Amino acid sequence: MHIPNNLLYTKSHEWYEFKDETTATVGITDYAQNMLGDIVFINLPDEDSNVEISEIFADIESVKTAADIYCSVIGKVTKVNSNLIDRPELINEDAYEAWIAEISHISEKEEFLSAEQYEEYLTVEELL
Amino acid sequence: MSSYIPNTKKEQQEMLLKLGFGNFEEMLSFLPKDVVLNRPLDIPRGISEYKAYEKLKEIAWKNKNFSSIFRGAGAYNHYIPSAVSNLASREEFVTAYTPYQAEISQGLLQGIFEYQTMICELCGMDASNASVYDGATAGAEAMLMCANKKRNKILISETSNPQNIQVMKTYANSYNMDIVIIPSKDGKTDISALKELVDETTAGIYFSQPNFFGMIEDSECICSVTHEKGAKVIMNVYPIAMGVLKSCGEVGADIAVGEGQPLGMPLAFGGPYLGFMAVKASDMRKLPGRIVGQTVDIEKKRAFVLTLQAREQHIKRERASSSICSNQALCALTASIYMSAMGSDGLERIAKNSFQNAHYLAQQLINLPTFKLKHEGIFFNEFITCSSISSSVIESTLEEHDILCGLPLDENTMLWCATEINTKEQIDIVIKILSKLEGLNE
Repeated sequence: MHIPNNLLYTKSHEWYEFKDETTATVGITDYAQNMLGDIVFINLPDEDSNVEISEIFADIESVKTAADIYCSVIGKVTKVNSNLIDRPELINEDAYEAWIAEISHISEKEEFLSAEQYEEYLTVEELL
Repeated sequence: MSSYIPNTKKEQQEMLLKLGFGNFEEMLSFLPKDVVLNRPLDIPRGISEYKAYEKLKEIAWKNKNFSSIFRGAGAYNHYIPSAVSNLASREEFVTAYTPYQAEISQGLLQGIFEYQTMICELCGMDASNASVYDGATAGAEAMLMCANKKRNKILISETSNPQNIQVMKTYANSYNMDIVIIPSKDGKTDISALKELVDETTAGIYFSQPNFFGMIEDSECICSVTHEKGAKVIMNVYPIAMGVLKSCGEVGADIAVGEGQPLGMPLAFGGPYLGFMAVKASDMRKLPGRIVGQTVDIEKKRAFVLTLQAREQHIKRERASSSICSNQALCALTASIYMSAMGSDGLERIAKNSFQNAHYLAQQLINLPTFKLKHEGIFFNEFITCSSISSSVIESTLEEHDILCGLPLDENTMLWCATEINTKEQIDIVIKILSKLEGLNE
């Protein structure tokens, strides 16, 4: 299981990479893509839409399930990775390379897990 | 139904014996006493086929059958070629129940796939579902497709069928959606009112082509005004009119819906009918209900599957935008046979003949001194007249001659309809009867 040290994580299996205090890119973790299996479709958020904590801002469908992606910050979607529309399988290939959206103007955020904490969470919850 | 197999008393006895029971009552003996019906079922003894036929005929005679019908308002009396009812009534189609293990029934799925393909061609759209219950349900389901957390309001043109509006209101109530009616002007959707009403909270707008009053709407204008605010356009269409009018895809609508009854289904007291729904590729994943797709199996042979429906409902479950999971398979099949029998040329001819007959009827009516058309502008095969003769008098007088008049909207206005089967001869009879009424009126 690949869990890069430079990223922050959530218990709902998203990763965040902060470029500065108020801007971050978000994606799903390697664990999440592995659990989903072959991803066939992603519903991306609208650019310029405002997002809130606990909001479902995207959803992913794989051959065996459909999963919601939760937001952990208050901010505004400034970019979406439109490559994923035609090639959602990029998430399976490299979950940390295949970012989903960039969120800016972040005014509030949930407490994130570090790489170490996320790995511990997966172990404690017997998810690994 | 050649494969209906009854069982005889002797066979029943054999079955009971095999199960180790002396008689039927003994088989029921382990059931709680109070749930068992302790008397024979109150079913009359069998009667001969002839007697059954006579009895049913007697009941059927209670129906009023009109020799000619000038009423539409949502259900249309078109000619149904005998090939349609003949093929659609084949036992394999009539008795097939919804396939729970869907992919086993490749023939049924192929039938639905062909139907979807034809609906897409008819509406100029990319993807169709396998049908829903009726045109009103199709509109309500389309409304649910448009809504999201930021856009929760649906604008419905006042020129829509009132029954469809009612069904959409019922759905909206349970989904906490707001419905706002767009007023009409001269029998058409008031575009300037639409411009004022559509905003960033509007999920979609719903209008009909032709509309409930028979008028041809400015679809392209309605679409562009709506799209400016990022809302979706649900366009309800009369499928026969698609033979001559611009398709939903051509005018820029996002979702095409409609009542499929005119495509080979008899009026039959209002059902069973079918609702069709088709969308652009970008909205394909929001399409509710059963959707048949084409793929290849492991041997690279053509095969049909229900993949998209599974995504939307079986996997998303409570998060799906709709819970509809049935369709009108036999009606959809009937529609496919009708469309195949007609072809695009045939559909165009029926549309043109309906248009011409309706315009002849309108012209003849307004030649009578007391009839006027309520709206100016182009209509398809329905129109509203205003008359000083009361609607109830028109209705009862024509009924005496076995003719069903237009739909009375109030005491002085009536919504008339003509299709390809309302010929000049039929219309001339109506005019002759009404002209005598005119005399009485003076």
